[in-house]
Amino acid sequence: MDDLFALTLSTLAATIRLATPLILCAMAGLLSERSGVIDIGLEGKMLAGAFAAAVVAAVTGSAAFALLAALLVAVLLSLVHGFACITHRGDQVVSGVAINIIAAGMTVVLGNAWFGRGGSTPDLSPDQRFMPLHLPGAAALRDVPVIGPLYADVVSGHSLLTYLAVLLVPLVWFLLYRTRFGLRLRAVGEAPAVVDTAGISVVRLRYTGVMLAGLLCGLAGTFLAIAQNAAFQREMTAGRGFIALAAMIFGKWRPWPAFFACLLFGFLDAVSIRLQGVVLPGIGTVPVPLIQALPYILTVVLLAGFIGKAMAPRALGTPYVKER
Amino acid sequence: MSARPGELPRWIDIGLLPILNVLMALMVAGIIVAAIGADPLSAIGFLVQGAFGSGYAWGYTLYYATSFIFTGLAVAVGFHAGLFNIGGEGQAYIGGLGAGLVALAFDHLLPAPVLLPLAILGAALFGAGWAIVPAWLQAYRGSHIVITTIMFNFLASALMVYLMVDVLIDPGQMTAHSRAFESTAWLPSMREALAWVGIDMPDSPLNLSLLWALGCCVLVWLFVWRSRPGYEMRATGLAPRAALYAGIRPARVTLLAMAISGALAGSVGVNEILGLQHRLLLDFVAGAGFTGIAVALMGRNHPFGIVLASLLFGALYQGGAELAFEIPTITRDMIITIQGLIILFSGALAYMNRPWVERLYLRLRADPAKTEAVHG
Repeated sequence: MDDLFALTLSTLAATIRLATPLILCAMAGLLSERSGVIDIGLEGKMLAGAFAAAVVAAVTGSAAFALLAALLVAVLLSLVHGFACITHRGDQVVSGVAINIIAAGMTVVLGNAWFGRGGSTPDLSPDQRFMPLHLPGAAALRDVPVIGPLYADVVSGHSLLTYLAVLLVPLVWFLLYRTRFGLRLRAVGEAPAVVDTAGISVVRLRYTGVMLAGLLCGLAGTFLAIAQNAAFQREMTAGRGFIALAAMIFGKWRPWPAFFACLLFGFLDAVSIRLQGVVLPGIGTVPVPLIQALPYILTVVLLAGFIGKAMAPRALGTPYVKER
Repeated sequence: MSARPGELPRWIDIGLLPILNVLMALMVAGIIVAAIGADPLSAIGFLVQGAFGSGYAWGYTLYYATSFIFTGLAVAVGFHAGLFNIGGEGQAYIGGLGAGLVALAFDHLLPAPVLLPLAILGAALFGAGWAIVPAWLQAYRGSHIVITTIMFNFLASALMVYLMVDVLIDPGQMTAHSRAFESTAWLPSMREALAWVGIDMPDSPLNLSLLWALGCCVLVWLFVWRSRPGYEMRATGLAPRAALYAGIRPARVTLLAMAISGALAGSVGVNEILGLQHRLLLDFVAGAGFTGIAVALMGRNHPFGIVLASLLFGALYQGGAELAFEIPTITRDMIITIQGLIILFSGALAYMNRPWVERLYLRLRADPAKTEAVHG
């Protein structure tokens, strides 16, 4: 019984840890796509951010500078996306694919040229990273039954960026649904012509949405490279950007449902790691690839309209052309 | 659209502008090479030497190009129907599975002349099957093909890991690959084929798939520009509402285009599995599906352009491998970067240069007698 409780706690803690980059990227995708710009490039921006963070942390030894560098690099890639899709009305999916591939290639090229480790960056010491924070009272409350361990092992003990990610969900919700900017951002994703008629710049709003997405992807990259891990490795995002995209769609482009989808996908990830090679009575060896494929299967099923209807922003993917 | 097509002569639109875009991509790549302290010009020298310097180099270059022709055609067929098939990677993976399953099932039973066509068909059918599910979901359930094909790439990867590790693995082996096929399922290499007609060629992975790829180019050209369903496809891609009004059924076009697209992508399995590896294994597609996007954009979705672009990317892949030996700071990942830059400049920023080229062209032609004609 105690074993089961301990296993549950460690799985829940791992769920939150694994969901962190997903939450950040899903909120990023949400802000961009609600403004009408498809963001396939979450993966690439997160990867570039992770690389920038690891490099700057290794060179300057400062986690704060590393975070700044990651934000800067990810926003720069967002600007490339905006330049192609908003300014030049290029294809948003093509641009996103380009950003993913450029990031996958450049991080390794630069990493190898600078550090000569086959694309990895030097290992970081704890003071150069975002380390787990121990919330006040975690140690003192540990002996309280059930609640104590839950607080000490699941709620406490994550990095600053994880708490930030969870905090961002209500913030994004508030921004989108309770501010004038949010109303306009949503409007520009549904009916840009109406927003334009009201004398508000479609271009500026969409650039803002895309750049906010870049910031959040930079946070996600920082988390991967210098909080969850202690260095950058080639292709270390490993498809998380696409899982986040799936979670955002699964959450129907709304912050809270997207957040829960991220937790679900993080949970599946945590479970699949723990079930590697486990033989369950009656079932046999757990088909781990199937569990790992579940986020994609669920998203496909949802998109096909078998679990409610996924409502994308109406103007998603269409460049805005001012009528002459 | 603000830029009215037809104001510029064709040689600018299909010649000068695409070349300008590729040059800009290569220039950015050159800047990156210079930034990491290597000399771009000598890098190009090594690259060209590595890609075309010997019969052996040509063999590798053309072997890579073969896969890129398949995936480039696959993306192009999708584009003509107005569909962006990002799923080439997964379709190629499953196509290889199809070819491999046919080979594993019948290599003891059937002679090569019967087995090889069946295996090639297997690759095409499995690729088509993997593409037709997202197509059906888009046509009848309204889900977006870009997202579903991305998801299907991951699903293909998970399925293959499961099959290779748990089902098809050669018993007694540690690495996840199937048993080797009997030689009846080996597509002859180009060296063997040329030896039949008395030409000596150094050994390389190049095999007869190249001829099938070139054959597919002709077939795709005939289909897209010379057949009725091809016309319906292009009409739907260019003007969906007009096509609908003309009685063309968009759902059928989506299914047909994606089936053909998937079959082409699946044919990568012919080159990799039947032509080279002669067994099923993991990760044999190695990004060819994504390279196909760059190839199609650069080749402007025309088979001729796709062959040229595939040759360029084949040369980049092969020359890049040699280049990495000569200048260790430049790894093959530089080629991935170039691929991304070409997708950016030839795809997303395809029309960036049009306005100023148009202005320049009009100014150069603006002698008084002709101004009337240009603006008329």
